[in-house]
Amino acid sequence: MLDTQQDGYLTADGRQIGPVVLELKNITLRFGGVEAIKDISFDIRTGEVRAIIGPNGAGKSSMMNVISGFYNPQEGDVIYKGYKRAKMAPYQVARTGIARTFQNIALFEGMSVLDNIMTGRMNLMKTGFLKQALWWGPAAREEDEHRAAVERIIDFLEIQHIRKTPVSRLPYGLKKRVELARALAAEPQILLLDEPMAGMNVEEKEDMSRFILDVNDEFGTTIVLIEHDMGVVMDLSDRVVVMDYGKKIGDGTPDEVRGNQAVIDAYLGVTHD
Amino acid sequence: MLYREAGDFKTSYASDNQTFPIRFDRVAYWVVMAFAFLVLPMIMGDYWANSVVVPFLIYVIAALGLNILIGYTGLLSLGTAAFMAVGAYATFKLTTSFPGMPIYIVFLLSGLITSAVGVLFGLPSLKIKGFYLAVATLAAQFFLIWLFTRVGWFFNYSTTGQISMPERSMFGVLITGASASSTAVYFTCLIFVVGMAWLARNLTRGTVGRSWMAIRDMDIAAEIIGVNPLIAKLSAFAVSSFFVGVAGALTFAVYLGAAEAGEAFGINKSFLVLFMVIIGGLGSILGSFLGAAFLVVLPVILKLLLVDTLGWPADLARHLEVMIIGALIIIVLIAEPHGIAALWRTIKDKLRLWPFPH
Amino acid sequence: MSDTVLFAMEAALNGLTVGIMYSLVALGFVLIFKASGIFNFAQGVMALFAALTLVGFQNGQVPFAPLINAIFGTSVHDFGFNMPSLLAIPATVVVMVGMAWLIERLVLKHLVNQEPIILFMATIGLAFFLEGLGDIMWGAEVKRLDVGIPQGMSGAVDDFTYNWLGYGFYLDTLNLWALVIAGIMVTALVIFSQYTKQGRALRAVADDHQAALSVGISLRFIWVLTWSIAGIVALVAGIMWGSKSGVQFSLSLIALKALPVLILGGFTSIPGAIVGGLLIGVGEKLFDFFMQPVIGGATENWFAYMLALVFLLFRPQGLFGEKIIERV
Repeated sequence: MLDTQQDGYLTADGRQIGPVVLELKNITLRFGGVEAIKDISFDIRTGEVRAIIGPNGAGKSSMMNVISGFYNPQEGDVIYKGYKRAKMAPYQVARTGIARTFQNIALFEGMSVLDNIMTGRMNLMKTGFLKQALWWGPAAREEDEHRAAVERIIDFLEIQHIRKTPVSRLPYGLKKRVELARALAAEPQILLLDEPMAGMNVEEKEDMSRFILDVNDEFGTTIVLIEHDMGVVMDLSDRVVVMDYGKKIGDGTPDEVRGNQAVIDAYLGVTHD
Repeated sequence: MLYREAGDFKTSYASDNQTFPIRFDRVAYWVVMAFAFLVLPMIMGDYWANSVVVPFLIYVIAALGLNILIGYTGLLSLGTAAFMAVGAYATFKLTTSFPGMPIYIVFLLSGLITSAVGVLFGLPSLKIKGFYLAVATLAAQFFLIWLFTRVGWFFNYSTTGQISMPERSMFGVLITGASASSTAVYFTCLIFVVGMAWLARNLTRGTVGRSWMAIRDMDIAAEIIGVNPLIAKLSAFAVSSFFVGVAGALTFAVYLGAAEAGEAFGINKSFLVLFMVIIGGLGSILGSFLGAAFLVVLPVILKLLLVDTLGWPADLARHLEVMIIGALIIIVLIAEPHGIAALWRTIKDKLRLWPFPH
Repeated sequence: MSDTVLFAMEAALNGLTVGIMYSLVALGFVLIFKASGIFNFAQGVMALFAALTLVGFQNGQVPFAPLINAIFGTSVHDFGFNMPSLLAIPATVVVMVGMAWLIERLVLKHLVNQEPIILFMATIGLAFFLEGLGDIMWGAEVKRLDVGIPQGMSGAVDDFTYNWLGYGFYLDTLNLWALVIAGIMVTALVIFSQYTKQGRALRAVADDHQAALSVGISLRFIWVLTWSIAGIVALVAGIMWGSKSGVQFSLSLIALKALPVLILGGFTSIPGAIVGGLLIGVGEKLFDFFMQPVIGGATENWFAYMLALVFLLFRPQGLFGEKIIERV
């Protein structure tokens, strides 16, 4: 087991993982009478790839929504960078360096790929309203600078050819990639990926896995990942949280989780008592 | 060749982002501007200026404003005419209270006042969407018009309940009042249209515009990636109302000369501007021009054709016009939900590659 | 009892009867919204169109007479006979059903899967089209509509309240009939949707389009059906309103008030439409009664919308609607 007090650990492939960046403490989330998340605690360390797995309806996406500030849990604390996070609107959470993708693609369908990714950078752009209205020097200059940064992301994810295409015309796999690009454009410290490989074929999954590892490797971005493909999860992630019926039933390295009896039961469908 | 991008290489992001990336369009733009500023004033008679060109220019401003709200931000408003009335009454109050104020400044201030009123009625948009918001804007429509016809202060307690525009000059030229020349009126409207279209283009190409469109396309996702919905929606209301307010100010001051809120700014005018936006193209600046042109010219053509040539009764032609507009709205929404402007874009895309299909 | 209270009560009573009209139009909205998710802005104009058609049939008018005269230089106006109401009403129902079929064919079929806001704007287009069509078909002048519903002051109400309160309330008999007819119609609708096969299909479609399709319900048939029913509801509203103040364009403006009614009642609730309509009717009359000395008259123009606006800020789902949970 890991010692949560220590400042980090070395992964099997030799990457240095840093201290805890985000900690969830005793989170409980209810919708009316239904408890979607029951008293869950775990932490996320700087630079690691952290997976959340579990059967359908286990509460994984709700957990993701708690981290990104879309749902506010009734009980428990979110501790981010050492401070307890006050209740805040999703756009404020985004400004603290947490970006995400969605299970059902949530791109801006009426805009081009380029505009979608540029929108991801919105919080890094500072020109005021009036200067934009008049398109004075600073506004135009800033637009160009950020365009250059976006172009780097476009190169990185190999989507140069669809730069100016309206998103609504793209096939599913490319949309997923554009969504990743939009999240990356915000230069987040933590990147939340909600089923980034759902509905993809093997080749597309391989591409996406490569991009995720590259993001983690090149930008040092911490990644939280929900995924159903166990092979992918076991290969990509450093540590795994397992959820079932809103409860945490396992937490540890892929190997530890694989050997956990509760996890095996949840996946093989042993009846609950 | 005429319409080609091959060989027209972009060497900077600025040139890639410019308004008209294709050389032919840039040339066309300057030709149109030269025509509007130099040729048209020479050849256009008073009838055309007063009954076609000036209303067209004013409606372009109103349509641009409404397009920012509906086309770019996805917020439906049925209260456009009431906000035009705010601009008109603000102009009346400002110009009668401060007779020395330059009239162009009065127009801009009227726009700003309308902006403030627009933000006030836009506040519900933070909680409600779609048709619900449409009802909220209907409240603005009926309440504001009631206010302007009932509260004497707004029309300086005139016995007729009308407001009428006193004579005002700018740069030594008479702009408003019955004896203002149609050329002065035309140039006033043209200057405002060009300036405001330029503002609209700038706002929609940058961060502000992207935050509007993000709210339009998927508001929840927009908020999660960092768009502040409060600022995005209220800024859309503010900018939109500014445009609509200036359009209302011009309608009253240079086009009508005298107005009564219920008659000049009734709900049918709200629908007219909405139809310009739908037919012209939601979310398109060019569309606002095309839509306004179409709906200003259509009645004139129908009148020329049916009443003046075929001798039909005028009211029959008007009913037919209502029917045609209604049918056109449906046809446009079915065939091309983004209006004439999208049609134009498709044609241009084909033209770029012509004669090859791909 | 003081006079003010009595006058206020009379105002409220009159508001109630105006409210029934709002309810009737709102009912048509709800039916279509439930079955197809379309917010039918044209419902009010449909009432106008139905009333115009009915009057046209009654008076034996030649349809499109003004147009025919303009094109061929003739001066036809009517066939020279009057159709009895008993025949004219079914004939109008046939026209409304035909219209529903045409709307499905020419408009709705081509707009499936569009965003609600596009559909909404399409119905605004439809409203304008029908308005123009009605005027061209039957002429735009204000028409008297009489299908034999008794009108004038209700003596019974007057006597009863005079004996009871010492002040006779003025109430038009027509309004009492409107109340009865609205009641019958709602009962009929409930029976239809609860106890017939088509009614069950209708509710299934309202619940889930996809699922309804998968068990073999024809969506197109259901749409024609609901638009037909909405057309008949519009006809009833048109008859009531037309008998009261003549068939004229203002009818479609009155219908705009159905929008705030829906916000109060919720878009999917039939009882909500009825209660919402009555609330708005009473509310605007009472507000005008008490506020007239303070801020001046004609507050009916905007009261309903303002009430809806305030309401929206506190209970966006309406009185009877369900709370919406947003998801990503």
